[in-house]
Amino acid sequence: LFSPRMATGMQEKQYTPSLLNFFIYNPKFGPREGEEEKKILFYHPSDVEKNEKIRNVGLCEAIVQFTRTFCPSKPAKSLHTQKNRQFFFEPEENFWIVMVVRNPMVEKPNKEGKPPTIEYQEEEILDTVYGAVLQQCYSMYKLFNGTFARAMEAGGVELLTQKLEKFFYRYLQTLHLQSCDLLDVFGGISFFPLDKMTYLKIQSFVNRVEESLSLIKYTAFLYNDQLIWSGLEQDDMRILYKYLTTSLFPRHSEPELAGRDSPLRPEVAGNLLHYGRFLTGPSNLKDPEAKFRFPKIFVNTDDSYEELHLIVYKAMSAAVCFMISASEELGREFCEQLDGLVGPQLTLLASDICEQYNINRRVSGPDKEPQFKFIYFNHMNLAEKSTIHMRKTASVSLTSVHPDLMKILGDIHADFVRVDEDEEIIVKAMTDYWVVGKKSDQRELYVILNQKNANLIEVNEEVKRLCKFETMDPFLYTISTKLVDMLVTKTA
Amino acid sequence: MSEEHYLELCDSPVQFENASSVNNVFFDEANKQVFAVRSGGATGVVVKGPDDKNSIAFRYECALKSLCFALIKQNRPVFSFQNGGQGGSEISQVCGEKNATVLGFCWTSWNEIVFITDQGVEFYQVLPDKRSLKLLKSHSINVNWYVYCPETSVILLSTTVQGNVLQPFAFKCGTMSKMSKFEIELPVVTKPAKIILSERDIAVATIYGQLYVMYLKHHSRTGNNPGAEVVLYHLQREGACKRSHILKLNTTGKFALNVVDNLVIVHHQSSQTSFMFDIKMKDTDSNLNIHQPVLPARSIHPYKIALTGPAAVGSQTPVPCELCILFLTFLLGSGYLWYLQVKLKPVVSLLQDKSKLMEFLLRRRDCKMVILSVCSQMLSRGDKGSLPVVAIVFDKLNQVYKEYLEAEQSYTMAVECGPSRGSTAHKRPVRTQAVIDQSDMYTHVLSLFTERKDVSHKFIIAVLMEYIRSLNQFQITVQHYLYELVIKTLVQHNLLYMLHQFLQYHVLSDSKPLACLLLSLESTYPPAHQLSLDMLKRLSTANDEIVEVLLSKQQVLGALRFIRSVGGHDNISARKFLDAARQTKDQMLFYTIFRFFEQRNQRLRGSPNFTPGEHCEEHVAYFKQAFGEQAFIKPVTL
Repeated sequence: LFSPRMATGMQEKQYTPSLLNFFIYNPKFGPREGEEEKKILFYHPSDVEKNEKIRNVGLCEAIVQFTRTFCPSKPAKSLHTQKNRQFFFEPEENFWIVMVVRNPMVEKPNKEGKPPTIEYQEEEILDTVYGAVLQQCYSMYKLFNGTFARAMEAGGVELLTQKLEKFFYRYLQTLHLQSCDLLDVFGGISFFPLDKMTYLKIQSFVNRVEESLSLIKYTAFLYNDQLIWSGLEQDDMRILYKYLTTSLFPRHSEPELAGRDSPLRPEVAGNLLHYGRFLTGPSNLKDPEAKFRFPKIFVNTDDSYEELHLIVYKAMSAAVCFMISASEELGREFCEQLDGLVGPQLTLLASDICEQYNINRRVSGPDKEPQFKFIYFNHMNLAEKSTIHMRKTASVSLTSVHPDLMKILGDIHADFVRVDEDEEIIVKAMTDYWVVGKKSDQRELYVILNQKNANLIEVNEEVKRLCKFETMDPFLYTISTKLVDMLVTKTA
Repeated sequence: MSEEHYLELCDSPVQFENASSVNNVFFDEANKQVFAVRSGGATGVVVKGPDDKNSIAFRYECALKSLCFALIKQNRPVFSFQNGGQGGSEISQVCGEKNATVLGFCWTSWNEIVFITDQGVEFYQVLPDKRSLKLLKSHSINVNWYVYCPETSVILLSTTVQGNVLQPFAFKCGTMSKMSKFEIELPVVTKPAKIILSERDIAVATIYGQLYVMYLKHHSRTGNNPGAEVVLYHLQREGACKRSHILKLNTTGKFALNVVDNLVIVHHQSSQTSFMFDIKMKDTDSNLNIHQPVLPARSIHPYKIALTGPAAVGSQTPVPCELCILFLTFLLGSGYLWYLQVKLKPVVSLLQDKSKLMEFLLRRRDCKMVILSVCSQMLSRGDKGSLPVVAIVFDKLNQVYKEYLEAEQSYTMAVECGPSRGSTAHKRPVRTQAVIDQSDMYTHVLSLFTERKDVSHKFIIAVLMEYIRSLNQFQITVQHYLYELVIKTLVQHNLLYMLHQFLQYHVLSDSKPLACLLLSLESTYPPAHQLSLDMLKRLSTANDEIVEVLLSKQQVLGALRFIRSVGGHDNISARKFLDAARQTKDQMLFYTIFRFFEQRNQRLRGSPNFTPGEHCEEHVAYFKQAFGEQAFIKPVTL
């Protein structure tokens, strides 16, 4: 469970935050004494002794009940203790998800014979970050399984526990709590910078495909793991985007990089060469044994509650998600039709986008290492941009700055959350860095400046010049400021 | 059934007395007038044209064998010229050698005439006052026959024994220029040399502004040739004449040629049908300019001749081809002279390929309404897979539209630069019916289309985006009303996230009206507020609006910060800000705003007090009441 992050000095050991427990319960399911176990729908790790499970659940229940008396509309969200921190989340009425995270700690060796002293760093982890991680867990579950309530309707507690078990068993293994940060709080979408004409071409492509394959209900278009078009509503897209970029795409890009299953082997369809292939469903259409099963996702769970097949199809760097009502049977014929129609067009489009993208890059000048790094997020369209984070891989997301700086960013954000008004916070970090947070009408910008001798006024002026919010969201090639310039040039 | 006929005769033909033993009928191609000459002119000459309201009638004393009528238009007397120059006419002219035979004459302008004899051509200027002709130029050449094209003043002379070497001459403003001669390839070469090429098989016409010699090439029945064809030779002012197009008739028999609206119409006598060719329509399967008929051959729409008199019953009399004497643009027969017209509506239903159809229509004269109705029809059906077709059609329309806009733009630029360089007078580009602009599309097609209830909104949006894409592709500025149509449709179907994405990628261009429209959407879609403000900021001409928006949201400090950032804070109304600050019921905010304006007053006028014109008395009183007398900035008194 413990993973040492770095060793300072000879024997001192640092441990990063880690997942201790993760459980889901519904207090209504076992109201009577002796039936407490019925409340527990899922418990991780599963090998915990039954009574301990019941005790832990009972404790959470009690805390939530108790704090409710102070503020009935906003029950407790987290509980801080010396060794760990618990996060509570009630995604659906009476269904509670609890995540217990062990605080990071430092193990200091003592003189011979004595056991080492453990120092818990209880202030190092942020409620906003892990609270968001917990919510994301639920959203991801819901995307692939629908709501708890629907599962209950369909198959009672039995079905629900089955689903939870199946999903979380694997999902929790992919949680990397040590690398969670501000970006998890935002859960934003990175949009691909694109000129109007190419964008319209993509529109046209999407419309044509939806018209000729009328089964398709929604389409989403991505390039370089960045979103260009979403037919889904924002909230559904947000979680689907998260799935695609942190799970599906990395899984498929690694074999690509390794040279296996190379996309550079064009498929011949008719007399047109194309590079299209399915990322979900059949991996090879030519294979007579190919399976035509696609993952199912649930969207618009608040109103129309739709269950859809998720077809992800990719040609070069362009990926398209086609979503089709789950009630439709999809077989070889449909997949071949889709492959034949989309493959050639998407291949062309992908090279068009690539060409346009390179032109824009050339226009905006060569990639030079800028004096600052930043994270930008707009709550209105969930647009997110970070020059702090390296390319995300399936396992971890790497940051290029010291964790202490990331912590400052998180703290500033927590301050912003507390008030509604626009705010600006400038912090001088220990390591001579300036950290500036700015919140303006639903937008947040965090800049890390590396100017040793700059004073507050200079930093303030610098940041002012960087912020031209109104031109930032489209982040197209109207490059009026240094920052926008970077927005365009910096990807991956 | 009537929808099958794509050719028809014009509504008001020129009616004249039928040719008979006492009545001679002449046709002047240059002026498009019919001359009915009774008893050689002694009992009267009636001149009628399709555009003339009244016919001209006059008498003529001597018998006429031939007539030239170029001057009728100018209401000048008729000149007549008789072979050998004997007798009776107003101006006489002897031309050619003694033994020369006059083949004919043509007027090349109102005062210039060309005589063609079997030995050459003579070009004269007419001097009406002196009643004489002045020889301008002549050229000796053996001539079998000639063909004259009045539109371009080009005469084609048939030379050599077989008659298949054609020598064109062009006439312009008193000059006669010899163009390069060319040879018509004959299907069979007969051993004993004799004239094979007949003038009946040759015509000269202007098609798409270019001069063509059309040769009707009959194929011998014995060969395994599929049928006759029309061979077009492109006649250029300079350079050699080249064989440019071949029109396949795929049948044999007697044919006649017409050129209508740049289309070559070939009438086939025995089947009484007509073929239509468009030389700009390319057949994809051959890169040679071999053309098949645009449409299957059809007969001309039967013409109803209304009989006058008590027993007037409309009788359907199909005009058979054989009765007609054919001229290039006219049909002449049984007492009537018709224009031939192409009906576009039947073409629409006969030509299935929409891309070809659009190209065809865009090249026609009266095409606008037909094109617009084709667009409407195409959208209303909403067939599966029709979007690519819609895209192609839009691209074709916008291509023509763009060309016109560019011509217009370079004309305006040229006019603005003045006539300093070059002597060529700038000609304003002609806006043909094929120029279908955004307002045409909006009024006749798109606005109606978006209101349709039977079409899915997905398709409506797809079509609108396709049109916007096409306009963008041709770099045409999209008009605001199109964006409004998109937004209206999106809002109607609650597709606000889609709208958001379009705005994000600037697909819908910034404008004040659009920003205001977005503001109005805020209550149903909160992000619209930010979108709208951003747009106003980008426009940079809407600072007042931004202040209003912020004040209305009680963001008084935000408004003040904004206006200060654009340097407009010296001109804003203090009262407006104080009003807004009071409304927030935030004492500190009010204090801050009040202090700001006191300082402004101090800076601008040297005194912190408000002037009566600012109407801030109420706020001054409130400030005093809330914070006390001593809170005011003390005026600096010396």
